[in-house]
Amino acid sequence: MSTQVSAAAVADRLLPSASPVRLLDDATPAGYARDYAMPSEQRLRSAYRAMVIGRRFDTQATALTKQGKLAVYPSSRGQEACQIAAAASLRDDDWLFPTYRDTMSLVSRGLDPIEVLTLLRGTWHCGYDSQATKTAPQCTPLATQSLHAVGLAHGQARKGRDSVALAMLGDGATSEGDFHEALNFAAVFRAPVVFLVQNNGWAISVPLAKQSAAPTLAHKGVGYGVPAEQVDGNDVAAMTSVLDTAVEHARSGGGPFLIEAHTYRLEAHTNADDATRYREDTEVEQWRGRDPLERAERYLRARGCLGDEDVRGFAEEAEEFAGSVRARMQQEPEVAPLEIFEHVFGELTPQLQEQRAQVVAEQAAEAMSEEDR
Amino acid sequence: MPAVSMAHALNQALRDAIGADDGVVVFGEDVGELGGVFRVTDGLASSFGEDRCFDTPLAEAGIVGFAVGMAMAGYRPVVEMQFDAFSYPALEQIVSHVAKTRNRTRGAVTLPMVIRIPFAGGIGGVEHHCDASEAFFAHTPGLKVVTPSSASDAYSLLREAIDDPDPVVFLEPKKLYWTKEELTLPASTEGFGRAVVRRSGRDATLLAYGPSVPVAMESAAAAASEGWDVEVVDLRTLVPLDDETMTASVRRTGRCVVLQEAQGFAGVGAEIASRVQERCFHSLHAPVLRVSGFDVPYPPPKAEHVHLPGVDRVLDAIARLQWDDAPDTTWVPEQRELAGGKA
Ligand SMILES: Cc1ncc(C[n+]2csc(CCOP(=O)(O)OP(=O)(O)O)c2C)c(N)n1
Repeated sequence: MSTQVSAAAVADRLLPSASPVRLLDDATPAGYARDYAMPSEQRLRSAYRAMVIGRRFDTQATALTKQGKLAVYPSSRGQEACQIAAAASLRDDDWLFPTYRDTMSLVSRGLDPIEVLTLLRGTWHCGYDSQATKTAPQCTPLATQSLHAVGLAHGQARKGRDSVALAMLGDGATSEGDFHEALNFAAVFRAPVVFLVQNNGWAISVPLAKQSAAPTLAHKGVGYGVPAEQVDGNDVAAMTSVLDTAVEHARSGGGPFLIEAHTYRLEAHTNADDATRYREDTEVEQWRGRDPLERAERYLRARGCLGDEDVRGFAEEAEEFAGSVRARMQQEPEVAPLEIFEHVFGELTPQLQEQRAQVVAEQAAEAMSEEDR
Repeated sequence: MPAVSMAHALNQALRDAIGADDGVVVFGEDVGELGGVFRVTDGLASSFGEDRCFDTPLAEAGIVGFAVGMAMAGYRPVVEMQFDAFSYPALEQIVSHVAKTRNRTRGAVTLPMVIRIPFAGGIGGVEHHCDASEAFFAHTPGLKVVTPSSASDAYSLLREAIDDPDPVVFLEPKKLYWTKEELTLPASTEGFGRAVVRRSGRDATLLAYGPSVPVAMESAAAAASEGWDVEVVDLRTLVPLDDETMTASVRRTGRCVVLQEAQGFAGVGAEIASRVQERCFHSLHAPVLRVSGFDVPYPPPKAEHVHLPGVDRVLDAIARLQWDDAPDTTWVPEQRELAGGKA
């Protein structure tokens, strides 16, 4: 049995391991120096269950775009291990700073799926209560949320709380200035923040090779003094173990931690994108062979802690979940036109009151002309 | 004549510019193999090679700052910001450097570069995909600001922007990308700083630009059926601005409405209204009115129709130009009925 690597030991070593941490399937690669503990079978079983539900939710959301129920949907199919492990690594009082792609993480964190889909449905910019759920709005501008995560983490620490912030990003987002400023601030302020970069190979049409010339994205921590690790992002056991270590490192006062998860986006960037214009099917097929769900299932079955019965049970649960999302999304969403004025400031300015009155009158006039008809 | 979309006209303009001048380079996010998310750079990388059209790392400040350096080295960079709101990380570069370099160096260093930005709303995009940010740029001395409303203008103005010795922010109305026009390219339309009368009329002038021009045309058509003969002027370039055409039109009609999609407060429409009022005071029968979006962050797709000024709001404003009958300039709903012709 390997032992959990201590947070202090990680801080001593800034260079990420030479190859991604992997716990499922393959033996630890040669020359690999660090040991991460295999998570308990119980944890992996619940991670597997969450991945099954997450994937079904993702296909359901994709189907909803075809029916015009969502304005757009960026799928995270293939990235289940990252998505589920991220959510599972946090306590309820820890904050999550997700991107547009991390819908699966939010659902897995227990947020109401319909509230999570609000942004993509187009009824409001964020459908859940960020303060209550400790989940920032899904961020559309790239990398900007990483600085917010650092500031929040610092603020919480100053108040003597031991909560942690987890910022999620894509590989492309690591090129933005904000990402670099966030790493630097985090290190200087020793903020309890974990950066999780899901390197899914592509930033829309641009492959990682055109994005960065660094040996790995994890290496980007070195220059800032942020310890980092690269992980097999399709290995839910490795993701769980490294995230645990990183969160513990941050929580116990060790400062920030950067994780690069090597994963793959199986679908196009969004339903509006045509991935055949820039990547080969053979590449996609290769990654299908490393499916995070199948790998977890194999491991659990081999250990006798998952059987046909369980698999069927989880699939049914996922089906039920998707069914309820589908049903709830069939109702035309309520859009209150006047709400656009309500959340600009704490109080309506006189100018906004006037503009609001204009819409009220327009609506009245419209209602009247409709009655006439 | 073939029907040409604005996106196609822009693509052809880039092609022709790259072909005409070895110094023209096109770069940005996803502009290479993918041809841009709106396909405006479609096929340029394969036709001209990666030297002339290439993808960059994902960093707007990087893209614009890099373009400044390339321009200093003698190139004519044409860069793309993927969506309006994603140009904001580059604002520091645009405002502090792109706009000021000629001035700072007393003319020793000039920056012939174009920043193309898919701009404004009406396409059902989620947040940060529909901002109308022309006022930021127009308010910054040292930037030329252009926004076409037709395929022929898109072609001609982009060619001119690339040839211009100064930096140009080129705002492409997203909702017009797929609007077609019977057209043979290359096209040459009026140059920078010239507004165009799109429809002539006697009773009032409607000043519009970019995505608002089709709304203005529709409004003028609707007003005609109510007995109002409305002139529509397409401003085309905000910097430089064609005071002359605006002034001549308003002097003739005596009434003026400025239409913009962006939020109204401290917007470009305020500048235009003020200039018209200063220059045409004695010809005016009514105050110059503005119709604009509301002063709210761009709403989610299902509510954008509440924000965007449409024909009804323009007609309201035209009705309010009957100043002799109207008690004051505040918005008065009962005046929505156009009273068959002006005073
Ligand atoms: C500041 C900014 N620039 C451009 C965009 C447009 N855009 C949206 S997603 C995307 C690619 C992001 O790739 P990556 O960070 O790898 O994340 P992924 O989508 O692959 O999860 C781009 C260019 C944006 N959202 N924000």
